[in-house]
Amino acid sequence: MTVYKLTCVICPLSCSVEVEVEGNRVKDVRGFSCTRGKEWAVEEVLSPKRVVMTVIQVRGGKEPVVSVKTDSPIPKERIRELMSYLATLEVEAPISIGQVVVEHPLGLKTKIVATGSVEAVETRGHA
Amino acid sequence: MMYDVVVVGGGPAGLAAASESSKLGLGTLLLDENPRLGGILPQCIHPGFGLHCLGEDLTGPEFAHRLIEEVRRSDVEVKTQAHVTSLAMRSDLVKEVTYASPQGTEAVQAKAVIYAAGARERHRFEVGIAGDRVAGIYTAGEAQAMMDLYGVMPGRRVVIVGSGDVGLIMARRFALEGAEVVGVVEMLPYPGGLARNLMILRDFDIPLYLSHKVTEVRGRGRVERVKVVRVDEELRETGEGFWMECDTLLISAGLVPRVKILRRAGAIIDPATGGPVVNDRLETTLPGVFAAGNSLIINDLVDYAVEQGRTAAKGAGEFVRGNGIPTRRWIRVRREGNVRFVVPHMLGGDRDVWLYTRVSRPVEDALVEVPEIGLRRKVPVLKPSEMLRLRIKAEVEGGRVTLVIK
Repeated sequence: MTVYKLTCVICPLSCSVEVEVEGNRVKDVRGFSCTRGKEWAVEEVLSPKRVVMTVIQVRGGKEPVVSVKTDSPIPKERIRELMSYLATLEVEAPISIGQVVVEHPLGLKTKIVATGSVEAVETRGHA
Repeated sequence: MMYDVVVVGGGPAGLAAASESSKLGLGTLLLDENPRLGGILPQCIHPGFGLHCLGEDLTGPEFAHRLIEEVRRSDVEVKTQAHVTSLAMRSDLVKEVTYASPQGTEAVQAKAVIYAAGARERHRFEVGIAGDRVAGIYTAGEAQAMMDLYGVMPGRRVVIVGSGDVGLIMARRFALEGAEVVGVVEMLPYPGGLARNLMILRDFDIPLYLSHKVTEVRGRGRVERVKVVRVDEELRETGEGFWMECDTLLISAGLVPRVKILRRAGAIIDPATGGPVVNDRLETTLPGVFAAGNSLIINDLVDYAVEQGRTAAKGAGEFVRGNGIPTRRWIRVRREGNVRFVVPHMLGGDRDVWLYTRVSRPVEDALVEVPEIGLRRKVPVLKPSEMLRLRIKAEVEGGRVTLVIK
């Protein structure tokens, strides 16, 4: 049996929550003051997930990079792999906020979504 | 040109102030020194913005986008690349705002000014870090701008000074991009950030050195190592210390409200907040000059900056319509016990207001009281890093208000 001691991050109340786990089963959860906190603590112990954010390279844009995020949290152990993949990506301007940049990278359920916009540089015609 | 309201600063507080001011039918000009609006938000690419005021979890650029769209849809006149150099009181009812822009130096007049110029970061010399003047020393915000606006990695092996939110968020950013975060060094015996950001240390196995400080930087041309020394309760250095090998030193030692322009114009500054003394309209001691966001108090949530922007705009509306805030007996908010600051400083006693406060040191099972209005609340934990926001009812009896935290 293992007891995990967590500080809840759902709201600024910062409850100290204890999750008692035996094998892969949660035996007891203590110290939470709302159901969201309870659910969070259980998930945090059994299968922690995070939203991942970074910037990716932009070709032909007024800015060199665009900020992106995963549109849902991904399993913590896949973060490093996803970051290496995103580091190789390059997208073409223009990009607008909310645009899906990649669907299901590396087979993950999440999408990579632009959180900012980048305009294209005006290209001059050849003489 | 005479405006009803000139807003100085196009970050979250200024954007919210400008759209609210326009909504109230006031002719509004928004000035910002950067080419793009949003203040610090565009470089804060992590989530966690708007949880309170929108009930949504957005990244900084997304949150900025919402505020900017609201301004674009309004009648607010926006001028970017306009760096305000002075504010002058022509009379109680007329202010002159001078700014430098690519067109030269220009001046506009306004009945009311909302000052929302944000804050600056403390630098290495303010936190006593001596040694070589080498490349590789950045404030956390500088490194953030390099990475998230320009896509440039500032370094590969990083030591971070300060465990506040900005420092922790940058620890995660560096770790995500594959850099090694050698350690986060915190002078105080407890960490400075919000609980949700402290999780970052566990997520990426980043060592936290509490009661330690970086005292010295060494390197030839570039940072090579920094000296870390343990400190006692009085923050005095003890022992010889040890060296950490790194190529980058990040300073995340807190923010200081940018109030030079306000101070020069004659506003009284509160040494406890570093921002101006204000009444419940967020009006400074200069009639018709309001303050909001991080130049008022260092906020830990953007939601509060937005809220202050809106409050200031409503105050400005009252000022413009009434040719001044009606004279009244202002009630001074006094503080007692473990209270580092409380804002606003003065209450009119004619409306419900938000009080923003921070404790000086962490406390468990805190008792927060305003005896004059019968407010009494138990809070499980209060930390200097988490601002407390209290609703104060209008009816204040006896002409005094005291905030007590024990």
